[in-house]
Amino acid sequence: MTRTREWIYAWLLLLPAMSLLALFTHYPAIANLWHSFHSTARANHPSVFVGLDNYRSMVEDPIFWQALKNNLWYAVGTIPLSIALALLMAIWVNNRIPGRGILRLAYFTPTILPMIAVANIWLFFYTPQYGLLEQFLGSLGFASHNWLGTRSTALPALMVVAIWKEAGFFMIFYLAALQSISPQLAEAAAIEGASRAYFFRRVTFPLLMPTTLFVLINAVINAFRMVDHVVVMTRGGPDNATELLLYYIYEVGFRFWDSSYAAALTMVLLAILAVVALLQFAFLERRTHYQ
Amino acid sequence: MTARTAARVGPGARGVGLRSLETAAAWLLGILWVLPLLYAFWTAFHPSEYSTNFTLAAPWTLANFVKAWHAAPFARYFVNTVTLVTMVLAAQLVLVTLAAYAFARFDFPGRNLAFALVLMQLMVMPDVLIVENYRTMTALGIKDTILSIGLPYMASAFGIFLLRQTFKTVPRELDEAARVEGCSPLQTLWKVYVPLARPTYLAYALVSVSYHWNNFLWPLIITNSVESRPVTVGLQVFSSTDQGIDWSIISAATLLSTGPLLVAFLLFQRQFVQSFMRAGIR
Repeated sequence: MTRTREWIYAWLLLLPAMSLLALFTHYPAIANLWHSFHSTARANHPSVFVGLDNYRSMVEDPIFWQALKNNLWYAVGTIPLSIALALLMAIWVNNRIPGRGILRLAYFTPTILPMIAVANIWLFFYTPQYGLLEQFLGSLGFASHNWLGTRSTALPALMVVAIWKEAGFFMIFYLAALQSISPQLAEAAAIEGASRAYFFRRVTFPLLMPTTLFVLINAVINAFRMVDHVVVMTRGGPDNATELLLYYIYEVGFRFWDSSYAAALTMVLLAILAVVALLQFAFLERRTHYQ
Repeated sequence: MTARTAARVGPGARGVGLRSLETAAAWLLGILWVLPLLYAFWTAFHPSEYSTNFTLAAPWTLANFVKAWHAAPFARYFVNTVTLVTMVLAAQLVLVTLAAYAFARFDFPGRNLAFALVLMQLMVMPDVLIVENYRTMTALGIKDTILSIGLPYMASAFGIFLLRQTFKTVPRELDEAARVEGCSPLQTLWKVYVPLARPTYLAYALVSVSYHWNNFLWPLIITNSVESRPVTVGLQVFSSTDQGIDWSIISAATLLSTGPLLVAFLLFQRQFVQSFMRAGIR
């Protein structure tokens, strides 16, 4: 094949995927920016250019700040814990622990179930008076508490669900990484008399670093992307205590039908994701993972 | 973790004690992890007066499932979900294969730029671009169809990336041998690359199916009728409308909607886990 023909051939192979990507990833990202500078079209009021008005109202919108703050706390609360649990699970399941097949299944099962379905189960779990949690705490003599209906406990209650759902997923990546570590390293360390903690700190953990970074990136993305449980369990309440950024975008865009303001909010979310992407390039790309 | 500090790699009396402590902790966590699911099972299979009353004498029943099945068009929702998942996967496999082949084995101007544009989707996911994609679907006139749920996900950056990595490991000699035999590039792709990448395809397919079976927010937004709703949205519509909150029926509906996936997972557990592992290793 001549060079030009090869070029054309390659671009023809790319064409179907690229056109869909352009239509549903690149175009919407740009159109979103464009629409964020315009007003929402209403009856008798066509959309007009309003400059930074949407962003100005965003800065003055306490719910936006609340959602951003909640989302940051949500990320801080779920990411380190789910990663630590994932690592612990992976180490346990990788060891010759009795019944590790069943344990692996138990840890991993929440991952393959729809968030929407497990959120229903957890909703019942948290139900005041009737829920399992209430019954358990009640039998220990604790007073009844409305976990999802109280400002201070609603977001932590959602975090627990997220950690429960995600830890098993991240465990898989650690498990794969652990299995690729040569057993000779552990044998050598045993001969040298190194403690397990020392071995973990100086050998295993550093070797798992690329996996940790990979999992971390995924965890951050998920913290800003996964809001299904908010829809089922709290709808952003009580008093916006569980309002997360994407859920707020959904509310503004599809319950208040203010698509321009939703576009401005989406720009914030895209900016956060862009920062994550840049960090990923800064840390991960050095390891030439893509080659 | 302090308990582990003293544990030695080699066995010893103290080491064994700590080992069993660790086993106990692992099992405790495991039980905690399945507890919500067991709870749902209990509630779904018993009459509602036993949903918070755990006695061995509680009678077992399937009535909750029957009630749930008749209370909402779950059969239709299942058909929709299966259609959606099949359609998305079929389109993904074709698009991803072609694009990955171009990136893996062709040298053309703009390749790096094109690849960077593809990778952008890993960050700017369709899950986030709901407002604009809704606008696009309205403009295309396909709102509230199964096609509109799947369309934004059909060109998958993750799939292109994953398959490109696999295609790159195919020895060039095989490729050249096929060309010498007179195969066109597409024939080479079909006869050499696709068969060699079978494990990657399986891994990708399982990840894709479970993702789209479980997807919720975008389908919730873009669908508005029984004819197009997948089972996740159907379940939400069912449990949020005033059912007089009967948890037994909601639990039954929840298990019902996750049932096929859960059974498939339990049957092919090893493949599932290995697929997720394979998909995660870069």
